[in-house]
Amino acid sequence: MDNIAGQKSSLGIATHLTVAILVILWLIPTVGLLVSSFRDRDQISASGWWEAPFPVEQVYRTRADPDLAVQTDDGWVIEGNLFDDEALQEVFTVGGEGRITAFSDSARNPGAFEAGQVAELEDGVTLTVNPDGSYVVTRPDEPGRGERLYFQAEVPPDFTLGNYDTVLRADGMTQAFINTATVTIPATVIPILVAAFAAYALAWMDFRGRGILIAAVVGLLVVPLQLALVPMLKFHNTIGVGQSFIGIWFAHTAFGMPLAVYLLRNYMVGLPRDIIESAKVDGATDFQVFTKIVLPLSFPALAAFAIFQFLWTWNDLLVAKVFLPASDDSQVMTVKIADDLLGSRGGDWGILATAAFVSIAVPILVFFSMQRFLVRGLLAGSVK
Amino acid sequence: MNPIVQGILTIAIGVGGCVGYFILSNWLLDNVVYPAKGPNPGRNINRANKIRPWLFLLPAILALGLYLVYPVIGSFWRSLFDRSGNEFVGAGNYIQLAGDPEFRQSVFNNLLWVLVVPAMATFFGLLIAQLTDRLSWGNIAKSLIFMPMAISFVGASLIWKFVYANDADIGLINALRAFVGFENPVDPLQIPFWNNFFLMFILVWIQTGFAMVILSAALRGIPEETIEAAIIDGASPLQVFFQIKVPQIMGTIVVVWTTITILVLKVFDIVYTMTGGNFGTQILPSYMMEYMFRDDGRATAVAFVIMVLVLPVMVWNIVQARKEMA
Repeated sequence: MDNIAGQKSSLGIATHLTVAILVILWLIPTVGLLVSSFRDRDQISASGWWEAPFPVEQVYRTRADPDLAVQTDDGWVIEGNLFDDEALQEVFTVGGEGRITAFSDSARNPGAFEAGQVAELEDGVTLTVNPDGSYVVTRPDEPGRGERLYFQAEVPPDFTLGNYDTVLRADGMTQAFINTATVTIPATVIPILVAAFAAYALAWMDFRGRGILIAAVVGLLVVPLQLALVPMLKFHNTIGVGQSFIGIWFAHTAFGMPLAVYLLRNYMVGLPRDIIESAKVDGATDFQVFTKIVLPLSFPALAAFAIFQFLWTWNDLLVAKVFLPASDDSQVMTVKIADDLLGSRGGDWGILATAAFVSIAVPILVFFSMQRFLVRGLLAGSVK
Repeated sequence: MNPIVQGILTIAIGVGGCVGYFILSNWLLDNVVYPAKGPNPGRNINRANKIRPWLFLLPAILALGLYLVYPVIGSFWRSLFDRSGNEFVGAGNYIQLAGDPEFRQSVFNNLLWVLVVPAMATFFGLLIAQLTDRLSWGNIAKSLIFMPMAISFVGASLIWKFVYANDADIGLINALRAFVGFENPVDPLQIPFWNNFFLMFILVWIQTGFAMVILSAALRGIPEETIEAAIIDGASPLQVFFQIKVPQIMGTIVVVWTTITILVLKVFDIVYTMTGGNFGTQILPSYMMEYMFRDDGRATAVAFVIMVLVLPVMVWNIVQARKEMA
């Protein structure tokens, strides 16, 4: 195409630009999540993740220490340093000293006065806070509990693994991660062989009813899972499986079956007829043709299905909610996030971002390392 | 028993059982039931070969029949009974559904989803597929736009919860609003009617990659001569795209469109995680989950309504598949 006149024109730059914008638009939400998961929780609520590399203006509160009060001719004077407060020291030693930008005595407008300015407050009280944290309060009468001080300080960016620590230890995400893996791996491995045999029969064996069976598989591809929930849970209860890992393995195996059979059959049908027929002429049975020729040749399709099934079971919420008990020791990550963390940690953005990232890290890794197979699989079975 | 040990054991038993079943049943068929010796070896081989396909198919048919075919009937039957499952109420659950404003809202919203999500995902997919077609870094771009496919609906919902957050210091939407001068942050998820579209966009974000991958392959499959001929005849790039390329991949576009449509009718995670069906965003799958565990009669009735909505696509798929095979 490039040799055709008029193809590489000014449109080229516009194309590059449009694609770049679309890619950025598509990536921004995920990047935001990733950045947020590494930020300190106070910083998350103080500035957007897109400002994460810059110092954050955060508001703090303390009291002037009345023990430092000295009586002078004009009244009482308290001189001290805000950073003497132990609670504040904890915050400010994280990234080195902070710099105070503004202060006031009211929570409603904590940045009313610039640092270094002398603020005239009610009842003849004056207040000064310098950028380095030293402050002076003068007042006509003896101080009681000490002036309340609000101040804004620039805190350097604070990237931390603290959220991961909290999520993985305190919030039980480790257990949920293990549970997800426990559900996913058998549910990915078991359907492959069953489906491969069925797909071979539908692709290369002649028997009555083959066409109808293939049509049935195509039809079953789109049957909504929702239909299976109530009857199959009841069935599991009847046969004594109940809500358990065994039950969810059965369920995922069966729910993945139509796609597996469909995908593998589509692939196997495309294998060269000569190989299979000459093997049969040489006296190979169907069983031998399948295990020795078709199965090894179908590896790309098997891999594609395995990736699909892995992503689908790992990411599933619906089946896990219904077929697994709701207790802590069998919750998978999606259920944990949707039912547990969003409720109890609803406002804690750092924790939510981290939990989400823990749950999507493995699928994304699998996705990028095996994308080739995934694309091939999608193309083989584009009626999913 | 520790679930991990149980899992490993299940893999061993599951895979081992399957291998054992296939080997053993074949061996039995060839050596015991219809051995290729004795008085009629030829007839026996033929008979064995008639049965063998069914041996290969049996486990898959059992799984499909039990978990996907039976539930269609089982769910329908259950939906004719009341909450306890003991009293036959006929169409009672469906009549109740029809009278429930939340159900009607869900149907309406679901129709919106079915109209908007496949259209937008296919549009963006086609756009990106075409734009990246001859781009040197097209594969990287496609791979990045494809990535949300790997993310769970729950994860994606959380990602977008950040974007939509009702706080200019967390949510990008509100940050942009603040940037252009609006004073107070809004919660996009509580704006009546439009909040549905904000939720839909999450699914569009996920599904565009799928549409793009398939359509991109279809675009590459177009015979070059048709395009060259059009260009020689003086067609503009837009004309080439809309009058030469799009008609040739129309079949694939329809497949992508229907596939996403089916998905839309099944996804409950996004609404469940983002709004819990509040603020007028309820859709059928999440509406069903409200009744799951509480009133199985109603839940199965909703599931059956979803099935009925899916039915036309299912029939169309089967017809299409049979045409391809013929």
